[in-house]
Amino acid sequence: MSGEEFVPLSLTPLLIGIFAAVACALPGNFLVLRRQALIGDAISHVVLPGIVVAFLLTGAISAWPMMLGAAGAAVIAVILIEAIRRLGKIEPGAAMGVVFTTMFAGGVLLLEQTDTSTVHLDVEHALYGNLESLIWLDATGWSSVLDLEALAGLPVELPRMALTLVLVIAFTWLFWRPLKLSTFDEGFARTVGIRTNLLGLALVVIAAIAAVAAFDAVGSIIVIAMFICPPAAARMMTNQLEHQIGWSVGFAIASAVSGYVLAGYGPLWLGAQDAVSAAGMIATMSGVILALTAVFGPCRTRAGAPVQA
Amino acid sequence: MLDLVSNQGTSPTDTLGDSSLAIRGLTVSYGQKPAVFSVDMTVQPGAMTAIIGPNGAGKSTMLKAALGIVKPLSGQVTVFGEPLEQQRARIAYVPQRASVDWDFPTRVIDVVLMGLYRELGLLGRVRSRHKAKAMDCLHRVGMRDFADRQIGQLSGGQQQRVFLARSLAQDADLYLLDEPFAGVDAATEKAIIGVLKSLKDAGKTVVVVHHDLATVTDYFDHVFLINTRKVAEGSVAEAFTADTLQAAYGGRLATAQVDQLSRVVG
Repeated sequence: MSGEEFVPLSLTPLLIGIFAAVACALPGNFLVLRRQALIGDAISHVVLPGIVVAFLLTGAISAWPMMLGAAGAAVIAVILIEAIRRLGKIEPGAAMGVVFTTMFAGGVLLLEQTDTSTVHLDVEHALYGNLESLIWLDATGWSSVLDLEALAGLPVELPRMALTLVLVIAFTWLFWRPLKLSTFDEGFARTVGIRTNLLGLALVVIAAIAAVAAFDAVGSIIVIAMFICPPAAARMMTNQLEHQIGWSVGFAIASAVSGYVLAGYGPLWLGAQDAVSAAGMIATMSGVILALTAVFGPCRTRAGAPVQA
Repeated sequence: MLDLVSNQGTSPTDTLGDSSLAIRGLTVSYGQKPAVFSVDMTVQPGAMTAIIGPNGAGKSTMLKAALGIVKPLSGQVTVFGEPLEQQRARIAYVPQRASVDWDFPTRVIDVVLMGLYRELGLLGRVRSRHKAKAMDCLHRVGMRDFADRQIGQLSGGQQQRVFLARSLAQDADLYLLDEPFAGVDAATEKAIIGVLKSLKDAGKTVVVVHHDLATVTDYFDHVFLINTRKVAEGSVAEAFTADTLQAAYGGRLATAQVDQLSRVVG
């Protein structure tokens, strides 16, 4: 494909897909190890009431109020989940289950009771995203990458997702050591002065921000898949967290690129006419990668059974 | 109500500076029933103290509350005469081995390096001297050859020794260990007690939650008996007697065990 075609039509959705995948996979590594990976699923549901409330308050379908509403709902949800988990002394999965079903149901009720149901707030858009629509019409080819005028016409999701990714990377880099330590041994982490409750909350808030940004750009199916599949696949490639992070980023990028290409051209290669959803295909590819590592990965056996010493 | 009662355990705090660890009026509850009730404890500097009591007596809970891992309902803790937060650098803690997931993707050497967290901070580089120190700590517990192993590949005793090595890396003055001898092989038990005795010889204070009554007199010089409330505290000769054991364990100690112990404790 020539630059004239690739840059306006495929470059931005591809980049947004990659950024979203990596932004979710990075915190996903810790969430998987903390048995909290389903928080992506929870967040993708709890944002609904936030979006509806934001619409009711502003009366308009515009990105920022809705994202703020979604982020607000996500943060409330993760605080509720942490509170229920700690105060009720129950496992994280149960706390998430209680919070996200209740908040999602509340969102559905709100949606039904108001006239938002007549506007374009449908579930399908929310679930699968609209990656293919994030095109860059002002671009004429690779030269546009340096053309300020053309850059002004970039879909707003691209800088937003890039900024989110920078935030996620900065958080992971800065708090790498306490995150690793408190994920492995929370009691010990507290005795050396790490505020583990606050750090755990910060991790899920960062995950929530990544989820909401990705949700807005590419839909929730990618968010849910990327929190779990690349980190879980990466875990089966290595026994070292540092390397696991690298593998998970690689798998996230591989899923985004292969999923995007296969969604656009796969059906044509098979003789069909239409393309399929890129978001759906990216999520599927991450699942395929996970399945492959589960069968062929070098570190896939649980080390739980100690070797005889 | 519970607060009122438990505060009655509080005694004057003017002499706490002489102790390595002082606990006053500590009450911890996980639900309705307190796990630890109004406990006072004073750990002598340079002593090797065993915390003893039946299962569910609150031994580990007391230790965790003293370290701020679980939040007590009431009570105060001083370490070397000052509040805990100001003395964290002088404390090393070895949690129960079963409290962590040994499938965690990390190597033995990385776990020991975690003991240098306060020294390294958020972004400090791990330099060769840090690695050398970690290797030295592994050497002291006889695990030097295992530095690059994934932690899940170790036996239970080896895992326990890695935890001990991490606490050695902390270079502390007060060592608190939660059941370090639980489910370990004889070689590990020997290695651990050797290290603990060398810490004591170096003037460090060692506190161990311990479950094996038969080894108390061999390993420790002080004991603290607890069964939700404090039962006895003092030197092994004073506080580890048939009477105090009976008071702590009640009917839960088999008669044969009592007989055997009474021969030990006299």
